[in-house]
Parts: sequence; structure tokens; C-alpha cells
Amino acid sequence: MTTKLGYAAALILLLIAPVFVYPVLLMKFLCFALFASAFNLILGFGGLLSFGHAAFFGGAAYVTGHAIKVWGLPVELGILTGAAAAGVLGLAAGMLAIRRQGIYFAMITLALAQMAYFLFISAPFTGGENGLQGVPRGHLLGMIDLQDNMAMYYFTLAVFLAAFWLIARTVHSPFGQVLRAIRDNEPRAVSLGYDTDRYKLQAFVLSATLAGLAGGLKTVVFQLASLTDAHWHMSGEVVLMTLLGGVGTIAGPAVGAGIIVALQNTLASGPLSAWVPVVLGVIFVICVLSFRRGVIGELQALIRRSF
Amino acid sequence: MLTDLLGFPPQVLFGQLLLGLINGAFYAVLSLGLAVIFGLLNIVNFAHGALYMLGAFTAWGLAQFLGLNYWVALFAAPVIVGAFGMGLERFLLRRLAGVDHLYGLLLTFGLALVIEGVFIKLFGASGQPYPTPAALTGGINLGFMFLPWYRGWVVVASLIACGATWYIFERTKLGAYLRAGTENPKLLQAFGVNVPLLTTLAYGYGVGLAAFAGVLAAPITQVSPLMGSNLIIVVFAVVVIGGMGSIMGAVVTGLAMGLIEGLTKVFWPEASATVIFLVMAIVLVLRPAGLFGRVA
Repeated sequence: MTTKLGYAAALILLLIAPVFVYPVLLMKFLCFALFASAFNLILGFGGLLSFGHAAFFGGAAYVTGHAIKVWGLPVELGILTGAAAAGVLGLAAGMLAIRRQGIYFAMITLALAQMAYFLFISAPFTGGENGLQGVPRGHLLGMIDLQDNMAMYYFTLAVFLAAFWLIARTVHSPFGQVLRAIRDNEPRAVSLGYDTDRYKLQAFVLSATLAGLAGGLKTVVFQLASLTDAHWHMSGEVVLMTLLGGVGTIAGPAVGAGIIVALQNTLASGPLSAWVPVVLGVIFVICVLSFRRGVIGELQALIRRSF
Repeated sequence: MLTDLLGFPPQVLFGQLLLGLINGAFYAVLSLGLAVIFGLLNIVNFAHGALYMLGAFTAWGLAQFLGLNYWVALFAAPVIVGAFGMGLERFLLRRLAGVDHLYGLLLTFGLALVIEGVFIKLFGASGQPYPTPAALTGGINLGFMFLPWYRGWVVVASLIACGATWYIFERTKLGAYLRAGTENPKLLQAFGVNVPLLTTLAYGYGVGLAAFAGVLAAPITQVSPLMGSNLIIVVFAVVVIGGMGSIMGAVVTGLAMGLIEGLTKVFWPEASATVIFLVMAIVLVLRPAGLFGRVA
């Protein structure tokens, strides 16, 4: 009941937010909330720490930008192309990474993402250090002009909500239950007859695809795809958002993304702008040491204790 | 005469091989430190690259502010950074005993961000020059290539550090305790050995190795805040290729990967940044446990 009320309140807030807050900032938040929620699918519910999700986010950002700007695809198709490309990339990376467990999984995904990063630097279609600039937002379904920030905001919100719903459905589906069983006790899941590698790979591909959806959306919002999107700092940031909001909770990653985006936005204009990585690092350390359940995790624990 | 080897002048080929060997020596020392730490703490030390950078900066600082030369720094910097690392272990990492090992990776990632962020703020992203020690300037013409003394020294010193580590672990009583702590810390504790102290020492030693590599690197690459951050990802790939099970495995894999990288720079320069990751992917397909790894 509390959960449903919470979601209803959040939805209303999101619907009226652009009246009060600069829409581009809100769209940035939505992209990262989607990115973190997709990432949480594999960390929170699959128990696999991917340190290479920036490759899917950044890769899709480039593909979407290229598809819209050079191939002239309509914006919806461009974003879907980006997400599909991230899914293919996720399939390739996932097939390699699930061959090892635990800590090695993190190192392998990080190394593969670094490889992708170097390819993006040298590939001709990414524009190297300059990135892919001036990607046109175009018209949604050929009718609605997305150059208007309000229209763009509600389009972004719709994509976010659809993906968020898909993630929540996946987590609560039988597939999600098996995934959680694998996370909690893989040998047991194997003994029950589940092909755990297949489940892990499917979850990884889904997570990569949705991360790509977030990346493609980001390209359209900012009309830019750059190396920053694919850098390992970005992989670290999405881990931090998820951790801060609550690993393995449905709403946590979005809350964490909100906190980090708001923090970056506040710090960027102040005297602390050069200290942003240090501040993020300190939050990381504090979270890991004494706040491992995250904001939503702590809230849930509080509600459970008091009722 | 070796004037034309596969269409490349031998100077180019051997020069790149030497560079590869030096990089390989760094990979070996860094992955060895990672393996030592992983053995006792079960943590993959993401801060390893930042601590390598800290070693180089300590050497630079000792020269800049105290006028101490390279040879002093070569011993002092690992001790100073190692002590700093032991502080990190004692007051931060130890609190993670009993939680999922992934949190150790995340904590050290956060520490790396903090350390690198502070140094970027203090010194900017560009590098500080560090002079080659006077005794090792110049070099020798070997006929087929020119060998700068300092570069030869880096390879020798790295191999000495690896050999010393092997000796400590395989031939001393302390090493026997460390190996026992890797196998079964609870049983070792029951025998009356102070395992937490041993763990702190192991972290300090691994970090000290990273700092040692940092000092060695200082005269070759400039001393810059970001010198470790990309290196550590390559070292992770090296560790995945070799496995963290054996000292020999870490050294051999490190050197081999450096040489492969050097060769790639000659024959296919565009791929030199990615070749080690490519090797990692191939190893994962053919031998998922790693070349020297035991099946987990």
C-alpha cells in the first residue's frame, strides 16, 4: 500500500516537475535513472557486478546519434537502433564474462568496456575527441516537434516509464524469481535444474539493451554523443547511483540517480566544481562502509520495523 | 645481417620489444601486488593504480621538498605508501570483513577516485618531470639496438622485486603463514597466529610493490595524477589472463603481455591499445579459469 502510494506520488511529481525545474536537467535525471535501473537488474537481482556498463550506454549513444544524423532515421527508430546495438554488444560481452564469477566478472566487464572505449576513440563514426555533435532531435512520429523542451520531456518520461515498468515486471516475473535464486545460491539453482548461465546471460543482455535505451535517449536530449558516455568513470557513476539508492530495490537506482544528478548540478556551478570526483569518491566510501542498503533499502527497513 | 627483419629495421623492432618488456615488468609487479592482496583479503584492489601513482609522486615530493635522490626514494616511497596502505586497511577495509567481496572492490574504487581527484586538483592533469638518476643516464650500443641503462635497470629491478616476493612467500616462515592465511585464515588464527596483523602486512606489502613500480616508472613516464588509472584496467586484464593463483603465473603473464603489446606496436600499431583485452577474450573462450588459474 505504502509502495503504491509512493509510486503514485512520484508519478504526479514527475508529471508536474517541468513547470518548476529546468526540463533538460529533469531529462538528464530520467536518462540516468533508466540507466541505473537497467544496471540494477544485473547487480541487484542477478548478483553480478558489471563494471563495464558505460560501453553499452556510450555505444548506444553513438549508434543512435549516427543513425539519426547520418542515416536520417526518425528519432524513435534511432533510439531503438541504439538499444539493439547495445543488446548485441551485451550479448558478446556477456558470453565472455559469465564464464567467470564474482570479482573476475567485474574485472572482465571493465576490461571489455575499456576495449570498446579504445575502439570508439579510433573509429571514424564517433568523431574521436570531439564526439558526435549536433544530432537533430527531429519530430516524434513525424508530428511532434521535439526541439520544444516540454515535448521532449514528456517523450523522455514516457520512455522511462515504459522501461521502468518492464524492469519491475521482469523482476516480479518467474524469470526474475529464478534470477534471484541464482544470486542467493547458484549451486542450489543448478541442482534444481536451471541452466543458470542462460538466465544470467539473458538478464545481462536485457540490462545492456535498456542501458543502451538510456544512452540513445541521452543522445537525443543533449544532441551529443561523446567519449565521456563510454568512459569507465561512467561505469563507476552508475554503480554509485545504484548503491546510493539501494541495490536490489526497484525504486532505489532512480532515487540514487536523482541524488547524484542533483549533486553534480549543484556542485558544477559552485566553488567545488573541480572536486566533483573527490566528492563522488567520498560518497562511495561512506556508502560501502556504513550505508550498504542505500536510501530505499534503509526506508524499507524503517517501515518494516515501525509497522 | 639483421638489417631488415620482416621489413622493419631491427632498431624499431627491438626498441618496441624493450618498451614492451618494461611495460610487462610493470604489469608483473602490479599484478603480483594484486595477487598478494587478493590472497589474504579476498579483495581486488581497485586503488592499486592510484597507489602506484602515489609512489611516483612520493618520489617526486622527496626530491622536490627534501632534496632526496632517486635511490633513497626507491626504498622510502614504497615504505611510506605501504604505511599509508596499512592505514587504509586497518581503518577502512577491515570493516568489510564478512560482507560480499564485491564491496571491497567498490570501496577501493571510491578510494581511487578520492586519491586521484585530490592529486588532479593539486597538480593538474599534466605531468611533473622526474630526472633519470645520474648513474643510469646514457646507455650502450648492443649492435642491433641502443639500450638506455635506465630502461635495462627497470626490467632488472622489477625482476628482483618479483624474485624477492617469491623468496618471502615460498622460503620464509612469514611466507608460510601468509600462504596458510590464503588457504584457511580461521585455522591459522586457531594456531595462535595474529591473522588480522598478517592481513594488514599483506596489504601494505602489495601496496608497497605498486609504489615501487611507481618510482621505477617516474623517470620514464612523467609523474602525473592519471598515470595509474588506465594502467590498472590493463593489469586487471592481465590478472584475468593469468589468474591470481601463483607468483610465477603473475610474472610470466605480465612479461608476456608486455612483449605482445610491444610486438603489436610494430606490426599493427592501431591494435596495440586493445591487444591485451583481445588476448583476455581469447583466453576466456579457450581456458575460462585463466592460464595459471585453478578452477574456482
